[in-house]
Amino acid sequence: MAEQAPAWKRWLEESGDQVIFLKGFFRNMFRGGFEWSELIRQCYEIGYKSFTLVATTAFIMGLVLALQLRPTLVGFGAASMLPRTLVIAIVREIGPVITAIICAGKMASGIGAELGSMKVTEQIDAMDVSGANPMQYLVVTRVLATTCMVPLLAIMGDVISLIGGFVAINIQGSVSLLLYYNKCVGALSFSDLLPAVIKTVFFGFAIGFIGCYKGYNSDRGTESVGLSANSAVVASSLWIFVIDAIVVQISNVMLS
Amino acid sequence: MKTVKHTGYKDKPAEKKGEAIIHIKGLKKSFGENMVLKNINLDVRKGENVVVLGRSGSGKSVTIQCIVGKINPDEGELTVFGEDVASLHERGLKELRTRIGFLFQGAALYDSMTVRENMEFPLTRVLKIKDRTEIEHRVEDVLTSVGLIDAIDKWPSELSGGMRKRAGLARTLIVQPEIMLYDEPTTGLDPATSREIAQLILDMQKKYKTTSLIITHDMECARITSDRVVVMHEGEYIAEGTFEELKNSKDNLVCSFF
Repeated sequence: MAEQAPAWKRWLEESGDQVIFLKGFFRNMFRGGFEWSELIRQCYEIGYKSFTLVATTAFIMGLVLALQLRPTLVGFGAASMLPRTLVIAIVREIGPVITAIICAGKMASGIGAELGSMKVTEQIDAMDVSGANPMQYLVVTRVLATTCMVPLLAIMGDVISLIGGFVAINIQGSVSLLLYYNKCVGALSFSDLLPAVIKTVFFGFAIGFIGCYKGYNSDRGTESVGLSANSAVVASSLWIFVIDAIVVQISNVMLS
Repeated sequence: MKTVKHTGYKDKPAEKKGEAIIHIKGLKKSFGENMVLKNINLDVRKGENVVVLGRSGSGKSVTIQCIVGKINPDEGELTVFGEDVASLHERGLKELRTRIGFLFQGAALYDSMTVRENMEFPLTRVLKIKDRTEIEHRVEDVLTSVGLIDAIDKWPSELSGGMRKRAGLARTLIVQPEIMLYDEPTTGLDPATSREIAQLILDMQKKYKTTSLIITHDMECARITSDRVVVMHEGEYIAEGTFEELKNSKDNLVCSFF
């Protein structure tokens, strides 16, 4: 039996492969014959079909967050600060990250399993040897679809979370929708919105790219399809937190 | 190392047609310490149907993967249409691949597309045909040829094994390649369907005037489709001749295939 290479060597090899894959992605993105119809189909498949899941999670998250925050703020005599606290927490951090984690679970695993299955059944090879361009058709469209759809889902998720927060506040008290809206909008500034939107673009890219990379580079065999889906979710979730930390640091420096 | 003498071909050369459009000389390929191709020499001439027989793991599939540039050989010459495959860059390789059809063992139909969309894919993406009338005409023509016109709007999951092979063959033939490479075209099919597919390969070769290289271990398929048979064993070609010549060979190793 062949001896397995040490973990650090395998990690370096995989990192190198990812850089080559990234280069292939950008090269094919700017090549002629862009697959617009496939991009739109992927936006529908990946984005629109994730809406219900993101919306449900976001609504519950906003509701629970408001219910949990209220007793603490009441204890400090700051119950009127609840909408402000809620909107800052959701828009700046919790909304984008939770939406991205949900999308990583749904999209990265779906892309990883789909491309992994295509690899195992030689569909990607068939495209390649026919002279078609599987990178352009399969990878570029999926990565761009997640890059476009995750920010949109995150924005919608933020709005739905705030609706959940409004419902929670009205379960325990009574606040008019207009007052709640004014308090939320008044608490937000440009420096809250811009970094939050920018980081979701990177989250979307990471989800699509890692899903495609894992699926496209699956080994032969049905077991590898499951492994591709699994590792796509794990790696993209990890990258979401890494990107989050980096973007927060950069935006703090640039906007302070 | 056991040396196996060439049989058949030396005694009575098979009929040769036209110029060699696939030329392989001294081809070697290893994966780690496993030497899969030891010394492959083969010429496939225009219009010829060559069958490569061999046990599983003898290097048959690696040979055809080298021909389409999916695997680069370690040593040796490999030219297709006079082009050295290993030295071709992306664009050259793509152009070469549009002239070669490759039918995979499992047909490799795109399972997110219907049969019609599978047929349209190479027309729109490889040949860049935009005229809908021409696309529809070509799709209907090729599906009629393989007897699948009634399944035009079905999904690959709705097709039987034989129908999938027919659809895979149709998708490959729709771009009218000059060379067809078949990787185990009858594997997994019942004997009657295998014979049908083998006959279909022969009919399509006559209709589209392709040159074919067929990798198989199905003797019936080899008998029906071959002009010439090459026997492969442990990464080397050990015998070459017509099906009947090799069937009557006195070499025990060659006889063991028949």
